[in-house]
Amino acid sequence: MNRIDAQPTSGASDTDRPLVFDVQGLNVFYGDFHAVRDVELPVRQNEITALIGPSGCGKSTVLRSLNRMNDLIPDARVEGQVAYHGVDLYGPEVDPVQVRRHIGMVFQKPNPFPKSIYDNVAFGPKIAGVRSGLDDVVEDSLKRAALWDEVKGKLSESAYALSGGQQQRLCIARAIATRPDVILMDEPASALDPIATLRIEELMFELKEDYTIVVVTHNMQQAARVSDRTAFFTVEVGEDGTRTGVLVEFGDTSTMFTNPSRKETEDYITGRFG
Amino acid sequence: MTTTTPDLTGDPARHRKERRVKMVMLAAGVLTIVVSIAIVLSLLSEAISFLTQIDLGQLWAKGWFPRRGRFDLRTIIVHTLLVTAVAMVVAVPLGMGAATYLSEYAPRTVRRVLKPLLEVLAGIPSVVLGFFALTWITPNVMRRIWEDTELFNMGAAGIAVGILIVPLIASVAEDAMRAVPDALREASYGLGARRRHTTLRVVLPAAISGITAGFILGASRAVGETMIVAIAAGASGGSLLTFKITEGGQTMTGAMASLAIGSDQIAGVGAAFQSLFFVGLLLFVFTLILNVASERVIRRFRERY
Amino acid sequence: MTNRSVPTTGDLVAGALKGRRLDVGGFVLVVGLLLALLISMIVLVTLIADMIQQGLPVLAERGWAFVSTPLSPDAHDAGIVQGIMGSLGLMLFVVVIAFPVGVASAIYLEEYAPDTRLTRFIVANVRNLAGVPSIVYGLLGLAIFVKLLGGITGGRTLISGGLTLAILVLPIMIITASEALRAVPMAIREAAFGVGATRWEVIRYQVLPVATPAILTGTVLTIARAFGESAPLLLSGAVLSLFFASPSGATLWDFVAHEKYTALPIIVFNWARQPQKEFVALTAAAIVVLLAILLLVNATAIVLRDRFERRT
Ligand SMILES: Nc1ncnc2c1ncn2[C@@H]1O[C@H](COP(=O)(O)OP(=O)(O)O)[C@@H](O)[C@H]1O
Ligand SMILES: [Mg+2]
Repeated sequence: MNRIDAQPTSGASDTDRPLVFDVQGLNVFYGDFHAVRDVELPVRQNEITALIGPSGCGKSTVLRSLNRMNDLIPDARVEGQVAYHGVDLYGPEVDPVQVRRHIGMVFQKPNPFPKSIYDNVAFGPKIAGVRSGLDDVVEDSLKRAALWDEVKGKLSESAYALSGGQQQRLCIARAIATRPDVILMDEPASALDPIATLRIEELMFELKEDYTIVVVTHNMQQAARVSDRTAFFTVEVGEDGTRTGVLVEFGDTSTMFTNPSRKETEDYITGRFG
Repeated sequence: MTTTTPDLTGDPARHRKERRVKMVMLAAGVLTIVVSIAIVLSLLSEAISFLTQIDLGQLWAKGWFPRRGRFDLRTIIVHTLLVTAVAMVVAVPLGMGAATYLSEYAPRTVRRVLKPLLEVLAGIPSVVLGFFALTWITPNVMRRIWEDTELFNMGAAGIAVGILIVPLIASVAEDAMRAVPDALREASYGLGARRRHTTLRVVLPAAISGITAGFILGASRAVGETMIVAIAAGASGGSLLTFKITEGGQTMTGAMASLAIGSDQIAGVGAAFQSLFFVGLLLFVFTLILNVASERVIRRFRERY
Repeated sequence: MTNRSVPTTGDLVAGALKGRRLDVGGFVLVVGLLLALLISMIVLVTLIADMIQQGLPVLAERGWAFVSTPLSPDAHDAGIVQGIMGSLGLMLFVVVIAFPVGVASAIYLEEYAPDTRLTRFIVANVRNLAGVPSIVYGLLGLAIFVKLLGGITGGRTLISGGLTLAILVLPIMIITASEALRAVPMAIREAAFGVGATRWEVIRYQVLPVATPAILTGTVLTIARAFGESAPLLLSGAVLSLFFASPSGATLWDFVAHEKYTALPIIVFNWARQPQKEFVALTAAAIVVLLAILLLVNATAIVLRDRFERRT
């Protein structure tokens, strides 16, 4: 922890909340390709942590290693430590399926199942063995995702009939329904129009009361608006042309956007890069 | 909120179930290897037994007359090549024409109608084409061209086999042409080329390996086609070597069919029965070589784009 | 064109019009290509028309009796009911064996298999099996099911024929099912994994429902293909004679495991070999029935798929 606070950015936050993730020395490879190198990242409870940086710098890669989604990519390899409430996520006893029930995910493009709205939300709890009270879970999740009022009369209709923004909130409701502790979001608003984007941002604000959120975003203003802490990644181009993602700076969002300690961060934030 | 250590270990029962399901699926996949092994073993064992029984000189004898112990391979191989050649002469222009039209010229609506019709043609069983060859192609095509065509003749069989493989050749060639990036066509138009020049000098050459693969596959199907030759090319007893498509003759598959339908042989043992497996093995090897060759060619074409 | 002078708009228009008017070669090419396609269509139409024309008298005269009476050496009495029953029985084997095994293999290859040598070998092997001539499968059936396992299958019975056909279509089933699975968007799988589904739950509840229409269409087409197959049945024991009787009082099991059997395409083949004139008409009539069944099945599948494709 100290090590990270001692890293670039100054003045961490006020009262440090408990750590949810403690990422140390994270390296991810796709086959021989070294995608991200030596990432150190603390994620604190009931906060929104934003991962920003130019495209291809490994934000999604880091995010996906937080709930072992990278396991699904055949030649992806994760090295280093990802501690989740002190438990090594990559420990031998750990079941990735169980991990994903604790740590939900929302993807870049809304990806509802080609099923009814109800079935979309109920799927997670159902496979987790919830048999009774499903209706309540669905209703509660949709309410938390601020979608209930728009869909309550048509739960049995296809999720594909919803607008893009509604679909993305449905995906958030679906993630909430498994009662996770963390929600990972990979550019959740990048495929949406500004109004839908705003709704997602508002929603994130509400959600952090109950959940810990890690969000990848491309959009600087978004990171500045919603997040408590920001991690800035960039691509390091090696002599042989290999491109590896590295974490440049991590700290309080307000500090980072007003007074970045690294030149690269400042350039990126002020739009002189990427 | 949870600050206690979360339980991330999975349910062992579910793990076992997952493993069981995976094993079942894997077993199904491995079954296909078992099938291949079974094919090769059953062909090999009887074929070897055949070779040990006969005088090897009989593999180069006068004609294919298995029940008289004459197993001239030239005869059935040449006849197979003849039928295949006729089939290709029919199928290549028809298939290529159809594919080029569908890929480069056909309006969407026309395509929508004609493509399914080609598939219907592909769905016609070969027995039906065999009967069509015997009762329609022989009198209306073969005898129009060569008056003295025999009733059973390799020409009619070849034409019918050609019709059989038109849809195959057309669909592989069409896929290859549609895989040519539009940028190439646009570049050609941009240079002021006409459509036909674009089609003939840009699209076709770019798709050539896919098209070639289709031809090879078509030839492989033609070599292995049985019922048409069994009905229309003459499949009783045996045959002498001939190079005339107006005459009847046994191909490899025709020879196998005629051995199979001689019910005295089918259950029995003996060289004639086992020659069935020997020819089957040859056929298997021939078509395997052709199929592997077409795979190779097609893989090269995939790498290009 | 060189840049000696800038052409005027008039020049360009004139050039374009001229070009279009004079492209006789292009016109000839299109006509030639269309002709190639039309010839194939004409052949299809001719074939069907010819069969109907030759077979119609028999069908008109005999009516339903042609379909519902057994084989007979007398062309005036001969019917195809044994062939239809036999073919339906064979299809049952195809559906019960090749469908589940084929889909399971496809699921393994598409959803589970790591990219290992074994996997690549299985895939290559399936492709090659799909290209093995059908008569070679007949040899397999003859060697394994009729002879080696004759004690279990009863030799030349529906079981042997059915197993042979099931193995014949297995690679095609695998290939179509694989394509159907591959067409399911990755995003759906990610979403399901993301809420903590196990791999099998992802497949069972999300992937398979999406792939089902395409798998079913492919299966229907594959069954149609198996329905018209005859070469492998010649070897794996279908009866090739002008008539055979089934004893009265035989149970369904007897029909499957003890009795002789035949199939509709086998009857077509056998009748086509008969020199008598009456059998020509009889053959055509049987072909009309065969084609009617197949066209119906094929058309259903094609319409199904067409609708499915338009939806996605
Ligand atoms: N499945 C994969 N296989 C191979 N390389 C990948 C894969 N996913 C991402 N990469 C590579 O890893 C690097 C980081 O990608 P990603 O994490 O998606 O970046 P970001 O989300 O920041 O745009 C990129 O160079 C990308 O090409
Ligand atoms: Mg990304």
